[in-house]
Amino acid sequence: MQDIFVSIILPAAVFMGVLGVILGAVIGVFAKYFKVESDPRVDLVTELLPGANCGGCGKAGCSDFAKSVVSGENSPGKCPVSSPEQVSSIAQALGIDAGESFARRAVVCCGGDMEQMVRTPNYNGVLDCASAVLVSGGPKGCSYGCIGMGSCARKCPFGAIEIINNLAVVHRELCVGCGTCAAVCPRGVIKMVPADADVHVYCNNPEKGPDKRKVCKVSCLGCRKCERYSADMFGTNGFLASVKYDADKLPTASDVEAIGCPTGALLTVERHLQIETNDPEYSEDENK
Amino acid sequence: MNYLELTVGAVLVNNFVLSRFLGICPFLGVSKRVETALGMSGAVIFVMTLSSCITSVIYNYLLVFELAGKRYDLRYLQVLLFILVIAALVQVIEIMLQKLSPKLYQALGIYLPLITTNCAVLGAATINAKQGLSVLQATVFGCFSGVGFALALLLFSSIREKLELANPPKSLAGTPIALITAGILAMAFIGFSGLC
Repeated sequence: MQDIFVSIILPAAVFMGVLGVILGAVIGVFAKYFKVESDPRVDLVTELLPGANCGGCGKAGCSDFAKSVVSGENSPGKCPVSSPEQVSSIAQALGIDAGESFARRAVVCCGGDMEQMVRTPNYNGVLDCASAVLVSGGPKGCSYGCIGMGSCARKCPFGAIEIINNLAVVHRELCVGCGTCAAVCPRGVIKMVPADADVHVYCNNPEKGPDKRKVCKVSCLGCRKCERYSADMFGTNGFLASVKYDADKLPTASDVEAIGCPTGALLTVERHLQIETNDPEYSEDENK
Repeated sequence: MNYLELTVGAVLVNNFVLSRFLGICPFLGVSKRVETALGMSGAVIFVMTLSSCITSVIYNYLLVFELAGKRYDLRYLQVLLFILVIAALVQVIEIMLQKLSPKLYQALGIYLPLITTNCAVLGAATINAKQGLSVLQATVFGCFSGVGFALALLLFSSIREKLELANPPKSLAGTPIALITAGILAMAFIGFSGLC
């Protein structure tokens, strides 16, 4: 027993122990002599950022954005996810100006689900909007609207986009306005709008009214009914109406009711969701 | 053992991933994009070369010694020892790179600490010891084992990038089809087995 201890266990333990001490000392010495001074402010800003790493600011992630804020390349307000309070706390911590910041939300400007749209010959390719655009334009007749293959929903870091009946729908309560979806959409149907905007034109087709009508029941006909109601709130670009998001006053649900859009392309977000999720209220309206 | 045999053997015939089946975790984990595969490959070549060199010095010269007229043979400690040395080595390299070459440090990024416990790196050290290679031979073998790993990883990641666009049956999509592809790739590498 004594022999085993002396001849096997002791040398092994001593050898490993000595090696461990030596290696530890080497690492310690290297860590001391090759120490890199890092800016403590970067860590501070990273901590204050949301940490979603969504890339909405255009940087690789929150820590990358923090670096650019500290170096002065970006203002803290460039983070689309942070609330104004968070932005100002970052600006205070660094002692700089917060920069312009306003909350945005994504909206898919298309109401053409599979019931409203004319269908084109079957597309059997990869389930990806960009691929569908390249080949045949996807399963719907309108070549400006949402394709509905969910490229945006897959890219959304917050799971805020749902595909209902081949139409992308943004859930505003989940959306933080990072703009990832708007960048991904090959048709440019997704627009970034102010967070408090409640009324949108759910159509993206700039062609003449009758041509749109042929492919979609809920297209904007360009009748200018909304523009006549209030030129301050609505404008018409060619044959497509649009909400003036930078105007002082944004339209509300009562405005939509008063206008009475003949095709129902002008909707509040809530109403649009009711229609797309097939709420019972919707069928009543249709019967009238 | 001549050096041509050693290098060709390490890269093609006894490829670490595709015929020894070592380092499968990073092989599947970081092969989704060619770009990340390149980063990982660089880090593996770098660490494998250095760790093979250092571990073979320790194995050849330090583990068998005479003390007070008594001969000690501690070679049975090799696995424990190699892990310890490789981990410490990678730590030191990381600290040094951060200071001396921030560019390279950023390029290798997260992959450098990741491969500390990669079985391919430990495998290279163990194989060196088992085959009784000299320090120079071991270094060359380690370097080209890394190259072999890089070759397999790059081939596989470019296949997987193409595979993203394919439309496999639902039950096979993702990891299953990747594993099947890896199997076919391994079969292809069996073709090299008569080389040396």
